[in-house]
Amino acid sequence: MPDAPVWYLLAAVALGGVITLGLRAIPFAVLKPLRKSRLVQRLGTWMPAGLLLILVVVVLRDELIARPGELWALAIATAVTVAVHLLFGRRALLSIAAGTACYVLLLNLW
Amino acid sequence: MPSTAADTAEQGRPARAGVAQGVRDSLGVGIGIFPLGVALGMLVVQAGLPWWLAPALSVGIFAGSVELLMVSMLASATPLITIAATVFALNFRHVFYALSFPLSHVRRGWPRAYSVYALIDEAYATYALMPPQQLSSTRIVTGQLTMQAYWVAGGLVGAAVASSLPNPIEGFEFALYALFIVMTLDAVRSRREIPSIALAGLAVSVAIVVAPDSPLIVGLMIFTALLIARHFWRRRHPDARSTSGGDDDA
Repeated sequence: MPDAPVWYLLAAVALGGVITLGLRAIPFAVLKPLRKSRLVQRLGTWMPAGLLLILVVVVLRDELIARPGELWALAIATAVTVAVHLLFGRRALLSIAAGTACYVLLLNLW
Repeated sequence: MPSTAADTAEQGRPARAGVAQGVRDSLGVGIGIFPLGVALGMLVVQAGLPWWLAPALSVGIFAGSVELLMVSMLASATPLITIAATVFALNFRHVFYALSFPLSHVRRGWPRAYSVYALIDEAYATYALMPPQQLSSTRIVTGQLTMQAYWVAGGLVGAAVASSLPNPIEGFEFALYALFIVMTLDAVRSRREIPSIALAGLAVSVAIVVAPDSPLIVGLMIFTALLIARHFWRRRHPDARSTSGGDDDA
């Protein structure tokens, strides 16, 4: 069990909060230049999909390091998540619940 | 300043009606927000972090996917600079919400400040597309307040449930991974996303090789650099495949 110091947790929350609030508030103040900037527009269009892929890979790698030898369970649960999402109308909650339940069952029953 | 749309919209419209409308607006997305809040609370406790972190995240940051990722980053004692860069990158999309969120309908002062702070994806999706004559300051702020209430309550319920379990549920952390899989699938809806996906795959692969201890921040930096390079390459070759990449509908 990690014993993270309270100051570290509070500092992280404060930091994340200030950055998030800034990203939400500043564009209202400087709407026009932002709207005109081609680079900002393109980053906004191009970033999300790739950024999320990077998160998937990093989180997947962490899980593989934390549970070596469980690659098969991860592969099956990932396939279930993707299949449920694409076949049952992209209902995020349903897909997450199905994949997580599958993974938990595979880890605990086998 | 002359009176804003908010001032006129509120006249003759009982505040109570706005409250009822706001609560009703939030119910649909609440079905999604509350269970994710429960997952957040459970993840906090299962990661060995103190239970109060769930409400602290939901009040201090209030951005669902970032909060879930924060739990795994905090549990592995990620450096603050990496946390800052990750939050910035993941929440960068909020910059574009300002372009079409009906903030002019929200009363100046505290209501407007709260509305900006609580501008989550669900609030944006609910009010950016609503016809202006149906909007009121009370309605928007009430909707956002109730959405945050579902999220905070879900987190507390999740933390309580996880604390009462004799043993942590093995494998529950998959929920975070599943969330990102689902978000990726939703972001990749057309072939114009392929260059972004390819560059991101390249960036994270290089990052894992050259910086196995901090692939997230290094991967994000390489990815951003590649996208900026793509932007300048595009500027020098304006006619090259101008249909891909969504230049005109950004």
